[in-house]
Amino acid sequence: MTDAPIAAVPAKPDTSGRSQWWDVWDQFKSHKGALFGAAVFGFIVLSVTLGPLIWTLEPTFIDIRARNAGASMAHPFGTDQLGRDILARMMAGGQVSIAVGLTAMLISVVLGAFIGVVAGFFRRLDTFLMGLTNLFLALPLLPLLLVMVMLFRETLARSFGPEMGTFILIVSAIGITSWMQTARIVRGEVLALKEREFVLAARSIGTPSRRMILRHILPNVLSPIMVSATLGIATAIITESALSFLGLGFPPDFPTWGRLLFDAIDYLQQYPERVFWPGLAISLTVLSVNYIGDGLRDALDPRIRGR
Amino acid sequence: MADVRNGTEAQAPLVKVRDLKMYFPIHAGLFRTHVGDIKAVDGISFDIMPGETLGLVGESGCGKSTVGRSILRLYDVTGGTVEINGFEIAHVDRDSLRSKRPMMQMIFQDPQASLNPRMTVASIIGEPLDEHMKLSADERLARIYELMDWVGLNREFAKRYPHEFSGGQRQRIGIARALALNPKFIVCDEPIAALDVSIQAQVVNLLEELQGRLNLTYLFISHDLSMVRHIADRVAVMYLGRIVEIASREKLFAEPLHPYTQALLSAVPEPDPESERNRKPIVLQGDVPSPANPPKGCNFSTRCPKVMDICKLQEPGVFEFGEGRQVACHLYSESMTTTAEPTAGERTN
Repeated sequence: MTDAPIAAVPAKPDTSGRSQWWDVWDQFKSHKGALFGAAVFGFIVLSVTLGPLIWTLEPTFIDIRARNAGASMAHPFGTDQLGRDILARMMAGGQVSIAVGLTAMLISVVLGAFIGVVAGFFRRLDTFLMGLTNLFLALPLLPLLLVMVMLFRETLARSFGPEMGTFILIVSAIGITSWMQTARIVRGEVLALKEREFVLAARSIGTPSRRMILRHILPNVLSPIMVSATLGIATAIITESALSFLGLGFPPDFPTWGRLLFDAIDYLQQYPERVFWPGLAISLTVLSVNYIGDGLRDALDPRIRGR
Repeated sequence: MADVRNGTEAQAPLVKVRDLKMYFPIHAGLFRTHVGDIKAVDGISFDIMPGETLGLVGESGCGKSTVGRSILRLYDVTGGTVEINGFEIAHVDRDSLRSKRPMMQMIFQDPQASLNPRMTVASIIGEPLDEHMKLSADERLARIYELMDWVGLNREFAKRYPHEFSGGQRQRIGIARALALNPKFIVCDEPIAALDVSIQAQVVNLLEELQGRLNLTYLFISHDLSMVRHIADRVAVMYLGRIVEIASREKLFAEPLHPYTQALLSAVPEPDPESERNRKPIVLQGDVPSPANPPKGCNFSTRCPKVMDICKLQEPGVFEFGEGRQVACHLYSESMTTTAEPTAGERTN
């Protein structure tokens, strides 16, 4: 997604010996928020992937005598109502939540950008595709998700295993129910771009539509796509937690950040710190991804990069 | 009807436009029904000889740019034929059109909008090469450098982006892109209108120099009459989608025949303060009628200072004045006197 403008520019002999990626990196570095966001996101990803190797407690191990414990050396984040270690559950849940967020965002952005570009560029398909978009916007999402889960859960679980099956089901369910905003924004941008003279110039050269889109349209609608992508991660993580809460997502004993958050809500009065950790993790992830997206968008725009 | 040409008799015209029509449909109402057309270009015909510059002038909204774009088939024309270098352009299918694209190119009005802000100069100039020629990376770069030399751009600018250039430099990039495929015919769509006056002369001189060197044929669209007088060999004057007068530059500027041309030329300021003081501009009353609902008869009849009864009833034919000069006005019809002294306004039949 992010390499579209560079990929659109064919490689050429460079007089200065520097590739454009260096310019992109230089600009990205100069964006303090983006650098900080990248550091935080990198830290979160590292700790949820490599953390379980160091902190070897099983996230599903039940130690009923140590239930509802506060922070201690044995359990730095405390334990939950069944005595499971919250740090281990945070790390296991983070893997799932981040994977769900990234994958669902990717699906919805690719789908949304594709439908938006096609609808904006080909007038013939516009009415149909925008009708489809409005139809999806008007659909009541929860009953739709319920039906999808009912129809496909068994089949997917049988072919990919229960966890992988649920993962595929959830990311595709979130992906295909959240592309509409992107599609609408992208379509509007494409409609405006299509009338610009550089598109006319490409037409007078005889550039076919496919290359016209890849070379002239997509790189110029990158900013709105980027913004909806970063926002999409946040929405996907939260939608997943809502689904898990309704029993439509992962099984109840399977930790995700959203599930941890909802489990902790029951004990909000007694143990408020239990809401704090998953909430902080979700917020930090969303915030850091937003800053990364912001920095990337600036870095990929040559007009800003020059400054 | 426009086949009579002077000068290079033996030569065939490079561009032959016959009865070109470009209507943009108007949709309105709940069901987006087709309720009418904007007649942006309403049946125009002209020829352009190889190596010649035809100036196309007229006020804003009269359809000048639409003519240029329809000739290059950037729009799907409503009717008429366009023949460039012996090939029919207006109604061929997409694939055979693509192979004809290299011989006809366009230079755009707004150099800012006509360059993709996310592409470097080298990739902008190289795009036509990628599309139509199979060149190795070295050949491609050599060609890009050659084009940049032609239009007077420093080779070191190849890696820069359009926003880093001034308006004149951007227009040079646009010209280099148009030249990349060795075109025969270039439509210059107000190439200097968006530039500073100090830069305009540079760009026009560059266009003239390139024309001499590469034997290019231009359709030079402009509303700047002094610039057209400088660059064009022949001039066509448009009003509301139609050509009202077409003549050689000398004839047109010395002795305009159509009342609209007269009004247009009288609006040009004189450089000499003495004659500027004596200049009496013909001020046209009212506005240009809507091209969606042009007046009956002559399009200019609503504003013409010499309007006659017949003008409001009947569309004027095209009258030949020899040497390729044509005027579409009832003042010069057979029943009228064909002298250039247009006192016929008072004489109503």
